[in-house]
Amino acid sequence: MAGAAVLALVVVAALRRRVRATAPGRRFFRHPTAGLGLFVLAFFVTIAIAAPVVAPYPPHYQIDIAHPDRPPSAQFLLGTDPFSRDVWSRLVYGARVSLGIGAVAMLVAATIGTAVGAVAGYFRRWVDTTLMRLVDVGLAMPRIFVLLMAVALWEHIALWALVLLIGLTGWFGTSRLVRAEVLSLREREFVAAARALGAGAGRVIFRHVLPNAAAPIIVSGALGIGNMMLLEAGLSFLGLGVPSPAPSWGNMIADGWHKMAVAWWSSTFPGLAISLVVMALNAVGDALRDALDPRKEAA
Amino acid sequence: MVAWLVRRLAASIAIVFAVVTITFFVVHFAHGTPCGTADRPLPPEVCRQLCRRFGCDKPLWVQYVKYLTALAHGDLGESFGLHRPVADALADAIPNTFTLALAALLVDFALGLALGIYQAVRAGRFGDVAVGNVALLVNSMPVFWLGLVLLLVFGQWLRWFPVGGPNNPVLCPHVDSPYCLLDFLWHLTLPALTLGLVGAAATARYQRAAMLDVIRQDYVWTARAKGLRERRVLLVHALRNALLPIITLFGLAFPFLFTGAVLIETVFAWPGMGRLAVNAILQRDYPVVTGAALLTSAMVVLGNLIADALYAVADPRIRVRGGGGSA
Repeated sequence: MAGAAVLALVVVAALRRRVRATAPGRRFFRHPTAGLGLFVLAFFVTIAIAAPVVAPYPPHYQIDIAHPDRPPSAQFLLGTDPFSRDVWSRLVYGARVSLGIGAVAMLVAATIGTAVGAVAGYFRRWVDTTLMRLVDVGLAMPRIFVLLMAVALWEHIALWALVLLIGLTGWFGTSRLVRAEVLSLREREFVAAARALGAGAGRVIFRHVLPNAAAPIIVSGALGIGNMMLLEAGLSFLGLGVPSPAPSWGNMIADGWHKMAVAWWSSTFPGLAISLVVMALNAVGDALRDALDPRKEAA
Repeated sequence: MVAWLVRRLAASIAIVFAVVTITFFVVHFAHGTPCGTADRPLPPEVCRQLCRRFGCDKPLWVQYVKYLTALAHGDLGESFGLHRPVADALADAIPNTFTLALAALLVDFALGLALGIYQAVRAGRFGDVAVGNVALLVNSMPVFWLGLVLLLVFGQWLRWFPVGGPNNPVLCPHVDSPYCLLDFLWHLTLPALTLGLVGAAATARYQRAAMLDVIRQDYVWTARAKGLRERRVLLVHALRNALLPIITLFGLAFPFLFTGAVLIETVFAWPGMGRLAVNAILQRDYPVVTGAALLTSAMVVLGNLIADALYAVADPRIRVRGGGGSA
């Protein structure tokens, strides 16, 4: 654990040294909590990757089933849960699942959202109208409700399908954002010039318009990962997310919930981990916004 | 304004209609029937009878047309599992969710506005930074986890508040006396506080930004130069304009409140829409699922509509022209 913390510190310090040479890098680290957020993320990513080294026990190993709910101690860093599994070990392995779901789902959502937004904004007319009405409908359906239906009605959902579903229901906001960007970019001279040179729609969108819309997409992506993680936690908490023996931070909270009165630790620590990571993602997202906004150059 | 409202209403109804259609087909195409689950199927004879009663032996499009016809008459069908009309089940649950949402909104905006204004006034100083970071942390918490922690601390350890349910089932099964009203409010406090705190964290962030924007404008300096007291400058002159962005938040609060309610109602055993919907989904009670989807999407769309209308009323600069450009 200490090793992971040191490694995370080294990574952040190295990154800081690297990017300080550039103006956006300086703006990024001027944000009061960006460095801290980056450290938290680096720490959790490190323990996720190095899980077998960091975790003292395997995540499913039931240490002493006759005596579950041991309080935190030197032997069990964060105590043991109602199934007598080491909470710290599950937290470490759970980082893989929870961070992975957040990142992959966001990738899916950002890809679809960008594609839909770009197409709607570039082609306008009926394409725009149709797609945006679709987005209206998507935004009107409470997301957790849609996910609950999908997950509960299709029995025993696989993890990859869950991730896909979380991503598939998360692109509506991004698509609106990208559409607005594209609508304004497509009127610029350089886009007209590209078209005048005979570039097709695909080339104009991918080579000329989207690179200039990258900053808001990246920022909303960073902020969105946190939302995806919170959603996964909520689903898992209701027993409909990540299937049970696999450790995700959400179903760790669910596992400990009913014995919270006697063993507060097994639900509290995974929740704290989620809060920390989401907060770190928010801080980094905010700092990225500051860094990537060229209008802040003067400030 | 009237034409705009009519157009928006028509669009809203179209959206809700689309949601109902999608829900109807998603639910019916999914695995499983009302005949029990795969692990515990009902006897085929019972299943056939059930199907005849609920009409699931007919082709899907017939069922869909039948459902829509009934819906047009205000009939949401009959629940598979609860042995009562869906409308009744929803009618029982709605007031509970509504009270919870309203109380949460109250905490959200009262606390959020106060903190946001405080932060803007102390911008960059210790108070601002401290409140900002705490708000960011609260905003990053899973709402059901915050509920669990509050429940543990205030319900279990300190025993200040009850640990769940909407009332005391022995002394106050119905809210019919001042004592029972107090009992109800006492039960309401923790769930409303949980939802409200998470919302307030977001509201404070927006309010701080909006207030900072306004405070730097010339007319605020004019107000100060006139010799008005700082309190009056901030709360009367500046706040009026800083409240505008909050209206958008009000529209956005509806989906958040519902999402939160699904989880919070489970944590606090609160018999509202969220719990009804979750249980219906788990038990494959299609009519209740579709009915709940109809109602929630209607509320979300209505929330947006109200927010847009409030915007037009509050800010004369936003002229609503016949309908265009307001989507």
